[in-house]
Amino acid sequence: MGATAPMEVERPSTDVRPDLPWLTIVWNDPVNLMSYVTYVFQTVFGYPRQKAEKLMMDVHHKGKAVVASGSREEMERDAQTLHSYGLWATVQRDS
Amino acid sequence: MSTGFTPAGEGVSIVLDSGEVAVLASLVSQILTLVEPGVTGEDPLERALGIGSGEVPSDPVLARLFPSAYAEDDKASEEFRRYTEATLRDGKRADAQTLLDTAEPGVVKLTAEQAGAWLRALNDVRLALGIRLEVTEQIHEEMAEMSEEDPRYPALAIYEWLTYLQDTLVRALW
Repeated sequence: MGATAPMEVERPSTDVRPDLPWLTIVWNDPVNLMSYVTYVFQTVFGYPRQKAEKLMMDVHHKGKAVVASGSREEMERDAQTLHSYGLWATVQRDS
Repeated sequence: MSTGFTPAGEGVSIVLDSGEVAVLASLVSQILTLVEPGVTGEDPLERALGIGSGEVPSDPVLARLFPSAYAEDDKASEEFRRYTEATLRDGKRADAQTLLDTAEPGVVKLTAEQAGAWLRALNDVRLALGIRLEVTEQIHEEMAEMSEEDPRYPALAIYEWLTYLQDTLVRALW
């Protein structure tokens, strides 16, 4: 990543940086509340509420959403944190 | 029934009656019984490092509370589980214990940190009930049409109450 990269550019929620080939995915389930899932995305990733809500809606309507991308270690850490909140999260290599 | 959580300073507060506290304590205690302490292995070094079993729990509630991290790679899931499940178990137990220690009849005031523990503990109970009661996304609509004579009704009414508590807690923290 270049040091002069802009701070937070509005990207589609499923956008993935091509140089970072691991993803954290959150799957839909019938128990986790829409409000809670949004709150967890804000708390765990520091996403603004609007972005967190967009990701939550993707999980809700599409069944899953990519919520983070990075190194495998980072993605496993994210998955572990999401599991501590009871979200159904998995890690996979970007394909 | 209580009016749910409201913001209070840096934290939140709620008014609970003794019946509500008893229901919460009973359900959260069951989570503590189900989620045993993290590290149970024989090897002292592995115990010290928090390395546990890599096996998927046979109880579907535990399998949901501790999901496999790789959808299509059992070996990677097993490794992940060996290195994380013990820590996750201890965290869930600590959250449950915080709820048990702070839930009492009357006005309950929680710090932001305690509120976080309640949020996760309430969610764990809802996940467990959701598996046992086979809850679907249409549960709210189903409940509206369900007879109170239905054998599932009492347990689902508690599930709906927990949903309400958790939702008001999220909104009080926002």
